[in-house]
Amino acid sequence: MRPRLQLLDKALIERILEEAFQLIEDPGVRVAPYVVDLLRAAGITVKDGVAHIPEALARRLLDLAPRGFCLYDRTGKPAVRYGGDDVHFDPGSSCLNILDPETQQARPAQSADLVRLVQVAEMLPQFAAQSTAMVCNDIPPEIGDWYRLLLVLWYSEKPVVTGAFSASSLHTLIELLAIESGGRAALRLHPRAIFDVCPSPPLNWSEFASQNLVDLARAGVPAEIVSMPLAGATAPVTLAGSVTQHAAECISGITIHQLAQPGSPIVWGGAPAIFDMRTGKTPMGAIETAMLDVACAEVGKFLGLPTHAYMVAGDGRVIDAQVEMESGMSAVLGALAGINMISGAGMLDFLACHSIEKLVIDAEAIASAQRLIEGIDARSDSLAVAMFAQTGLQGDFLKLKETRSLFRKEQHFPSAVIDRGLPQMDGAMPDILQRARQRVGELLSAYERHPLPPEREQEIIAFALREAKQSGLEGLPEILRPEYVHEPGLI
Amino acid sequence: MPDDTFSAMRQSIIDGAPDTASGLALQALSAGVAPIDAINRGYVPGMHNVGEQFARGQMYLPDMMASAEAMRAAMAVLDPELKKLGTERPMAGIVVLGTTKGDIHEIGKILVGTLLTAHGFRVHDLGVDVAGEKFAAQARELHADIVGVSALLTTTMRNQKGVVEAIEKAGLRPQVRIMVGGAPVTRRWAEEIGADGYAKDAMSAVELARELMQLRRDVACNVSAGTTPEP
Repeated sequence: MRPRLQLLDKALIERILEEAFQLIEDPGVRVAPYVVDLLRAAGITVKDGVAHIPEALARRLLDLAPRGFCLYDRTGKPAVRYGGDDVHFDPGSSCLNILDPETQQARPAQSADLVRLVQVAEMLPQFAAQSTAMVCNDIPPEIGDWYRLLLVLWYSEKPVVTGAFSASSLHTLIELLAIESGGRAALRLHPRAIFDVCPSPPLNWSEFASQNLVDLARAGVPAEIVSMPLAGATAPVTLAGSVTQHAAECISGITIHQLAQPGSPIVWGGAPAIFDMRTGKTPMGAIETAMLDVACAEVGKFLGLPTHAYMVAGDGRVIDAQVEMESGMSAVLGALAGINMISGAGMLDFLACHSIEKLVIDAEAIASAQRLIEGIDARSDSLAVAMFAQTGLQGDFLKLKETRSLFRKEQHFPSAVIDRGLPQMDGAMPDILQRARQRVGELLSAYERHPLPPEREQEIIAFALREAKQSGLEGLPEILRPEYVHEPGLI
Repeated sequence: MPDDTFSAMRQSIIDGAPDTASGLALQALSAGVAPIDAINRGYVPGMHNVGEQFARGQMYLPDMMASAEAMRAAMAVLDPELKKLGTERPMAGIVVLGTTKGDIHEIGKILVGTLLTAHGFRVHDLGVDVAGEKFAAQARELHADIVGVSALLTTTMRNQKGVVEAIEKAGLRPQVRIMVGGAPVTRRWAEEIGADGYAKDAMSAVELARELMQLRRDVACNVSAGTTPEP
C-alpha cells in the first residue's frame, strides 16, 4: 500500500474548483495584450485587460492538457515522469545568494557556485532533475538568463527545471536547448527541460508570463505554472481561500496555454506560502505553507493533471536544527502527497539563499521520504512464522538467509551525513555541518563530466559566443573552465 | 596451488558463501595444499577484507555474519587436518567471550567475536547469561589471554564487576586481561571495576585486544629482563 496524505475531502475540492471557476469569470483574470487576440478568438470576453473566462471553455481546455509526460536526460532516456503519483525532487531555483562553503555567511552567488551545486546534485540520486539554481552575480546580466542554463547543460546529464526572466530570453533558452537536443523536433519529442512560469498574484498573467505560456506551448516545451498566493497578503488569509486562488491562476494559465497549442505539456504547480503577520515574511518552512502545497497539488490531481510544489526549504539563515526540521518535514509531506516535482532543496532564509551543504543534508531527508512512500511490503508468503521456524525462541535473526537477502530492500542506508554511530577513523565527532562539508568534498572529487559529442559542444559554444556578441560582450566568461575543471581549447 | 584458488577462497568469505568456502577447502586438501596455507593465504585475507569493509560502513551486519559462517565452514574442514599434522594456526591471542549473568543480548558480542576471529584471535564464545565463575573456569582451561565481557543493560552491567572478581579469586589476574563493552559501559566504569580496557564498538574491541596482547608481551619481556611493571 502506498501511504498517502490527503488534506481535502472531495466536497471541499469541488467547492474550491467551483469558486475558482467563478473567479476566472468574475472578477476575471488580468491578461497581457500579447494574448488578448488569442483569448477573444476563443470567445472569451476581454475588457480593460481583464479576461472573463467561462467555466465550460476552461473545463474543455483542461481536458486537452496531457495527463502525463516525461522529461528526458541527455542520453534520451525518460528520467522524470510527470503524472500520477510519481515523486521527484530538484534543487531550488534562481537564488541570489549562497552560504559561502568556508564562512557559512551569505554572499552573492557566483557561477562557480552554480557549477559546484550542479556537480553535487548530479552525483545524488535523490535529485531526478537539476535546476538553474542560482542567479550568477559574476555573469553580465545581459547574458545571465541563458548562460546559467548553458552551465547546467554543460555539467549535467539530468533533466532541468528552469525558467526565463524575460519574454525575449525565452527564445534564446529554447534555441540553446534545441542545439543541445539536436534540433527543435528532437527537443519537442524528448524535452530535457521544463520552464517555470509565474502568474502575479492575484489573478494576473503579466506580459512576460503570458508570452512565456504561449511561446512554450507553441515550441512544445513543457511549462510549469508556479502560482504563488501569499495567504493574507496577495491572497485570501484562509488556506482554503488561497488554494482556491491558486486553482484559479492555474486554470486560467492552462486556458491560455492550451489555446496556444492544445495538448502541449503543462504542470499544475506553485510556490504558495502564508504571510507572517508579525514580520511580513513568507515562511517556506511553516507547516501551513506545506499544507498549502499539499492541498494545491490535491486539486491538480483531482483534475488529473501533473503537479509541482516548492518544498524542502527552510527559513533560518544558517544550517541549523530549525532549517533541517522544516526541510525534512516538508520533504516527507510532499512525498506523501504524491507531488510529481518538488523543488526547493538546498534553500534557506525564505528562498533568499542556497547552500550546497544543505543540499546534501536535504538529500538525506528526501531519501527517507522516498523510502517512506515505498511503504511496507510483505516480501514473502510468510511474514514471520517461517523465520521463527528456523530460529525458534533463540532469536538469531541476524544469521538468517532471509535477513541478508531482504535487509537492503527494507532499510535505507543514509550516507555519512547522517550520524548512525559509524565509527570515525580518527575518532573525531564531526557535527552535521562538518559531515555535510565532507560529503560535498567527496561528491565533487568523484564527479566526472560527461562531454557532449564534440561537434555539439562546438555548436553550443559558437551559439553562446554569437549571443554574447549580440549583447555587446567581447567573449564568454571564464566559468566554463573554472580552476577545478579543465576543458582546454574550449573558449 | 594457483593464486586464483586462494583468491576464490578469499572471495568465498567476502561473499559469505559457506558451501563454496568448505568446497574449496576440500579441493585444496585433495590437491595437497597445506591447510595452514589455505587459511593464511585464502580465508584469513577474506575475513580481513570483511572487517575493513565493515569498519568503513561498506558491508553490513548480515553480510559479516554470513562471512563468519563461511569462515567456520572452511575451518571445520581445515582444523582437523591441522591437528593431524600437529601444526597450529598462528594466532594473535586466545579470547574467552561472553555476556554477563542475567543478560541475554549477544549481537554486540557476536560482532566482537567475528571481528576478533577475522584478525587472528582464537575466540571461545561462552554465549549469554554467563556467571563470573564460568568465565574464570573457561579462562583457566583454555589458557585465555583475554576475557571479554559484554552487557547491554545498566542492571546487568554491574555483573561485569563479578567477572573481574571471579578471575581475581581464581588467581588468574596476572595472566588474563579483561575487556568490557556494551551500550551502557564507559571507560570510567571499566576503570572503576578494575577491568583492563573498554571498547565502544566491535572494531575498537579488536584494537583494544591487540593493545592488551602487546602489553602482555611487554610485561613478559620486562619480567624476563628483571623488571616488574604494573600490568
